[in-house]
Amino acid sequence: MTTLTPILSHNWDRPDSFTLEGYRADGGYRALRKALAMEPEAIVDLVKQSGLRGRGGAGFPTGMKWGFLPADNPNPRYLVVNADESEPGTCKDIPLMLANPHSLVEGVAIASYAIKSSQAFIYVRGEVVHVIRRLRRAVADAYAAGLLGKDILGTGFDLDVVVHAGAGAYICGEETALLDSLEGYRGQPRLKPPFPAVAGLYASPTVVNNVESIASVPSIVLGGAEWFTSMGTEKSAGFGFFSLSGHVTRPGQYEAPLGITLRELLGMAGGIREGHRLKFWTPGGSSTPIFTEEHLDTPLDFESVGAAGSMLGTRALQIFDETTCVVRAVGRWISFYAHESCGKCTPCREGNYWMVQVLDRLERGEGSEADLDKLLDICDNLLGRSFCALGDGATSPVTSSIKHFRQEYIDHVEQGGCPFDHTRSTLWADRPTTTGGNP
Amino acid sequence: MSGHDHSHDHSHDHGAPAIPEGTDTFPAEVVARLEQDAKELIGRYPKPRSALLPLLHLVQSEEGHVSRAGMRFCADQLGITLAEVNAVATFYTMYRRRPGGDYQVGVCTNTLCAVMGGDEIFAALKEHLGVGNNETTEDGKVTLEHVECNAACDFAPVVMVNWEFFDNQTPDSAKRLVDDLRLGNDVAPTRGPAGLCTWKQASRVLAGFDDGRAGEGVQAAGPSLAGLKLARERGWSAPDPAHLPAQGEEEGK
Repeated sequence: MTTLTPILSHNWDRPDSFTLEGYRADGGYRALRKALAMEPEAIVDLVKQSGLRGRGGAGFPTGMKWGFLPADNPNPRYLVVNADESEPGTCKDIPLMLANPHSLVEGVAIASYAIKSSQAFIYVRGEVVHVIRRLRRAVADAYAAGLLGKDILGTGFDLDVVVHAGAGAYICGEETALLDSLEGYRGQPRLKPPFPAVAGLYASPTVVNNVESIASVPSIVLGGAEWFTSMGTEKSAGFGFFSLSGHVTRPGQYEAPLGITLRELLGMAGGIREGHRLKFWTPGGSSTPIFTEEHLDTPLDFESVGAAGSMLGTRALQIFDETTCVVRAVGRWISFYAHESCGKCTPCREGNYWMVQVLDRLERGEGSEADLDKLLDICDNLLGRSFCALGDGATSPVTSSIKHFRQEYIDHVEQGGCPFDHTRSTLWADRPTTTGGNP
Repeated sequence: MSGHDHSHDHSHDHGAPAIPEGTDTFPAEVVARLEQDAKELIGRYPKPRSALLPLLHLVQSEEGHVSRAGMRFCADQLGITLAEVNAVATFYTMYRRRPGGDYQVGVCTNTLCAVMGGDEIFAALKEHLGVGNNETTEDGKVTLEHVECNAACDFAPVVMVNWEFFDNQTPDSAKRLVDDLRLGNDVAPTRGPAGLCTWKQASRVLAGFDDGRAGEGVQAAGPSLAGLKLARERGWSAPDPAHLPAQGEEEGK
């Protein structure tokens, strides 16, 4: 049986977990001290050996990304933390930065030292004001304690860190769009190559990493690569947050080794809400093809989820029970992609716009069976043909829901409307008063 | 991210809409004051233009929205054109294009929250307040909108007020919340400062200025602690680096 491994969340039940004193009392910043006594290259090697893969969804090996920075480029190097957490269902980095911002700041300091950068940015989505306060306070306190700024811990290493608030754009989670946004432009993805490692922020060598990836680095420095690989699977090493939401008895953050299954996680979370059964779920946010009951025992690691036809993504497990209309769910996700499409490329901008029309029509019972072929045709024109992963991701819920729930779409057509009572899905549906009464 | 009406507003402004009419400049007193702030923000970046998003938050903190004068101020500070500023301001949904209320009430209606009751909450607030999406109550207190996923799915359904978390809402709790906001009663987010800032104050924090409230509020709540609590109960922890199992003997892979 897999058990939980609280590491980044281990101090979250301390009321002062977000303060420098609270973080230090639990051993915080010991890893920075240890790292600064190592050669930068040795830290890059350590992270490579650990097998840490990007926790922002794509799963690219973090140490390898660091190793891509060209040695002969004379421009300054930058570390940019992607804290633009906006993928529907994904809700791990925000509570992490709220409760434990110093784990990120310490990770930033170590990673910057490893890649020989003296300027780092944390690009955090704007819609979380208190998280931004906590991050800024953590950075300011770290400066005051000599953990950032000039001559850190007397080692001669200098590092400036800027917390930069975005302004509402899902696309800025795409790393090159994020860089354009950080440069003060519309957040639109760039053509790759060149990759950010070669020409990133201000056309300088840049590493862009997710919050959880960077926050995991101090634990690897302290515990070692062998410790990290003692958790998880051979190719998906280590631990990560599994974020359960929706129709589950105890939704929340469960920090566990990669490779844990939804069946195990549901066992820990009290199961599907009482009196109901699992219908469908996302393994890693709305851009990952949905799963059903048949995938309860799929190990949640990059390889196994991929082999089963989806993606591990951000481990954002959105759980829906049998009261949920899949057509409504998918339609709403596509409305999101249509709203958030940056408009740069035609397949994504137009494809999502038209899919919303078709899905709305189907949900209202005004569609036809031919609409399913239309949706799949649009998806064919999006997947692999859009400029960035936003367009690709939008096809995931559409194609996977038609694969698993084709009959439900047809039911809408045949019944001339949605067969579901949406109020039965609500948080308060099974409470004594079903009108949204006092909780 | 602020939303659009799911059924009527798909032709939203990805192109650059006309630059709003109105006076072209802030009063000299405002310029003098904001210039100090702008200088500080610009100084944080290797290249000045990186300060554009913070500057737009800054001018929003002055007027509650991004006006023509606000954009002109940003352009002047950075030595770029009004059109360049407008192109950026219209791309990001957090910048209001017209005046709004002191409190921006955003109901998450992305799939997970919508299914969990966000749709019912949004409908209830529209009826209760007598306004539609992106409209402001007559007293100028509340602007209602529906928003996209705000990364609090384990607390669904979620309502954001001035981008602070109000977790696990119901139609009734949301109605009480907006009533309190309109009556001027004290309101505290579920996970946030001890009291709610106004929209302008929140915009100033977003621009990059500390309001001294980082220490207020809980470090974590409810669902954020679900896994940790269970691990404590069952005595589960991460492996001890000093006592790692030999390769091949590990359980639970």
